[in-house]
Amino acid sequence: MLINIVGLNMAAPTILVHGSEEQKKTLIPGCLSGAEIWCQGFSEPGAGSDMANQQTMAVRSGDDWIINGHKVWTSLGHFAKWMILIARTSKHHKYDGLTYFLMPIGGHPGVTVRPLVKITGESGFNEVLFEDAIVSDQLRLDEVGKGWTVAMTTLTYERGAAESAGGGGGDSLGPVQRLVNLAKDSWRDGIRASEDPVVRDAIVENAIIAEGIKQNARRSRVSALCDHPMRLPLQQKVTSSEFFQNTARLGVEIAGARSTLYKLDAAAPDSGYWPLAYMNSYGHTIAAGTSEIQRNILGERVLGLPKSK
Amino acid sequence: MNETKTIEPMPKDFGFGSDEELLRDLAKRLLDEEMPIEKMRRLVAADPTAVYEEGQLPSWDESLWKRCVELGWTGLAVPEEAGGVGVKMVGIVGLVEEVGKHGLASPLIATLTASYALRQAGTEEALAWLARIASGASASLVMTDEKGAWEPGSTELRATRGADGVSLTGRAYFVQDAFKADLFVVHALCDEGSVLCVVRAEARGLRRIQDHIHDLTRDQATLSFDGVSIAAEDIVCWEAEATLARAWPAILTTVAADLCGTGEWQLQTTVEYAKTRKQFDRPIGFFQAVKHPLVNGMIAIDRARSLVYHAACCIDSASDDAERFARMAKSAASDAGKFLSDRSVQLHGGIGFTWECDVHLYFKRSMHNQMLYGDGTHQRRRLAEMILGPL
Repeated sequence: MLINIVGLNMAAPTILVHGSEEQKKTLIPGCLSGAEIWCQGFSEPGAGSDMANQQTMAVRSGDDWIINGHKVWTSLGHFAKWMILIARTSKHHKYDGLTYFLMPIGGHPGVTVRPLVKITGESGFNEVLFEDAIVSDQLRLDEVGKGWTVAMTTLTYERGAAESAGGGGGDSLGPVQRLVNLAKDSWRDGIRASEDPVVRDAIVENAIIAEGIKQNARRSRVSALCDHPMRLPLQQKVTSSEFFQNTARLGVEIAGARSTLYKLDAAAPDSGYWPLAYMNSYGHTIAAGTSEIQRNILGERVLGLPKSK
Repeated sequence: MNETKTIEPMPKDFGFGSDEELLRDLAKRLLDEEMPIEKMRRLVAADPTAVYEEGQLPSWDESLWKRCVELGWTGLAVPEEAGGVGVKMVGIVGLVEEVGKHGLASPLIATLTASYALRQAGTEEALAWLARIASGASASLVMTDEKGAWEPGSTELRATRGADGVSLTGRAYFVQDAFKADLFVVHALCDEGSVLCVVRAEARGLRRIQDHIHDLTRDQATLSFDGVSIAAEDIVCWEAEATLARAWPAILTTVAADLCGTGEWQLQTTVEYAKTRKQFDRPIGFFQAVKHPLVNGMIAIDRARSLVYHAACCIDSASDDAERFARMAKSAASDAGKFLSDRSVQLHGGIGFTWECDVHLYFKRSMHNQMLYGDGTHQRRRLAEMILGPL
C-alpha cells in the first residue's frame, strides 16, 4: 500500500472532491486496493516553482483529447497505471487555461517513461513523454479551465503527506539519537566527537528543533494557543524537511573523513547513511513546493505580506 | 503545584483550559487599555540623557501595578493554602507572554521568580512569606555573584550564625527590579552549606546600589549586606542550592515566555512596517530579502512558544524532564529573541536605528532577557550534559 502514496494521498482525495460519480466508482477501488498505482504529472522542465507555466498541451478531438508534452520528477512513473495530469487547454489564460486529467499511462500508446538519475546515482523518479497520446473526455476531472483549482486541492493533500514523509511528526528523537550514537563512535583531533563542545552544541540545537517540531504539532491542535489557524500547519513542511537536511549534514561532518565513503565501502559508518541521506534530503526541500515557495506562502497567507508574483 | 509525582499522561492541550485562557485574555485587555505603546514610550523613553547619562531610574506605572496586584498577580505562583491563586504554570506563561508583548515595566517576573524559590522550600516559614506576597508584596531573588554566573550556587554572600538567626555580609549582583521589590529572597553560604532567607527592602544594613542598564523596562541593582540580621522565622530553608535548582525550570520557562511575548511584538510590528513602507514603488514586504527573514522569525518564535508550553506542562505534571524542556525553551526563546531583535532593527532601516522608533525598547528588553539566567549557548551546554553525558 505504501507504494501507492500518490494514489492514496493525492489522487483519491482529489477525485473525491472534484470527480463525477462514475469516476469515483471506477477509479477509487483500484487506488485503495493498491492494484492500480498512480503517479503525479505536474512538474515540467519549465514549470517547477512556477507551476502554472504548463506547456503540455491537450487539444480536443471529438470525445477525446490529444496530449503532447514532457513531465519530470515523476516518482513511481515506471510502476504507475495512472497519472494525475495538468495540461494546457488554452494559451490565452495562464491559470484559467489549465485542465486536469486522469491519464492512463502504463502501456498506453504515445506515452514513454524514462528513468531520471538523482545526484546520488540512484534512480528514484522518471520523466514522461507524451506524443499524441489520447485520453477520453470521460477522464477529464472537473471543468475545462478549472485545472489550477483542482491542482490546489491535490497540493493541499500532498503537503500533508510530505510532512509525514519528512519524519518531523512522531519520531523526532530518531535522527538526534542517531547523531548522538555516531558522535560517540567518531573521533576528531584525538577525542570523541561527542566530547567536542562545538559538536555537542550543534547536536543539542537539532534536539531542540526536533522537540519544537513535535510540540508545534501538539500546539496546532489547541486553538487557544494559535493566533492563525494555518500558522503552524503551513510551517511543518519547511521545518521538517530542513531539520532532516541539517541533521544529515551534521552527521556527515561528525563522521568526518569516513563520510567520503560510499555505502558499498565496508568502513562507511552506519552503512553509508549520512552522505546519502544528506544528498537525498534535497528531494524534501525541493519537492512539493521548495522551501523558498513555502516561505512565500507563509509570508503571504499567514503574515499578510504582499504577493511575490 | 506540590512535589508529588504524577503518573498521568501529559495532557494533549498542555493543560491550557478555559481558566488559563480567561486569565490571559483579561491580562491582554487590561494591558491593551492601560499600556498602549504610546504610553509606554512616554513613560520609559522620554529622555535618554536622564536615564543613561544621569543615571535616573526609568519611570514605571505604579498605579497600574496596584491594579495588577488587586487582580492577584503577586499571588499567581502562591499556593491556595498560603492565600494565593495557585495558577498552573501554563496559565502563568500565557499571562507572561502578554506582559512581554506590552513591554510592561513591573516587578511581576522578579516576584514570580522569588515565589518559585519559596514554593520549592515548602517550609512553614516559606508559606508565611508567600502569604505576604499573595497579599501584595513584590519580591526579587538574590543569588548571583559578581561574574553573573547564573546557575544556583554562585552566591558570594556569607551567613554567620547569631543568637537567634543569622547575619548576612557581602554583596549580591544582578538583582532584578530591586527598586520595585518589597522583599528579597536571599541565597547565602554558611558553614553548614547554604541558606535561603527573606530580607525586607528597608532592613538595616542593606543597601541597594543601582546598576546602569540598557533595558528601560526594568531596574537592576547590586545589593550590599553589612551585617543584616535575619530572625529565625525569616530563615526559609537550609538546603538552599537544591531548592533553587528545583525552582530553576519555572524560572527559565517564565523568562522564556516573556521573550516569546517581546518576539511576537517584534514580528508583528516589523510585518506591519514591511506592508506600509514603500521603496522602488512597492511595499518592502514584497521583496523576499524582507519576507523570508520575517517568516524565519515566525518559525523561531513558534518553536520557542511550543517549547515554553511543553516545559510549563512538564512543571505542572512534576515531570522529571521539566529541567530538560525548560532549558530547551530558554535556549529557543533566547535565540528567537536574538534573531527577531536583529531583524526588527535592520528591516526598519534608518528609522529603526533611531530613538523615536519603538523597536529599541523591545530590542533591549529582549537582550536583557536573553542573557538572564543563561543565554542559548549556556542552556545548550547544560543540555549536552543530559543528552551526551558530562565532559
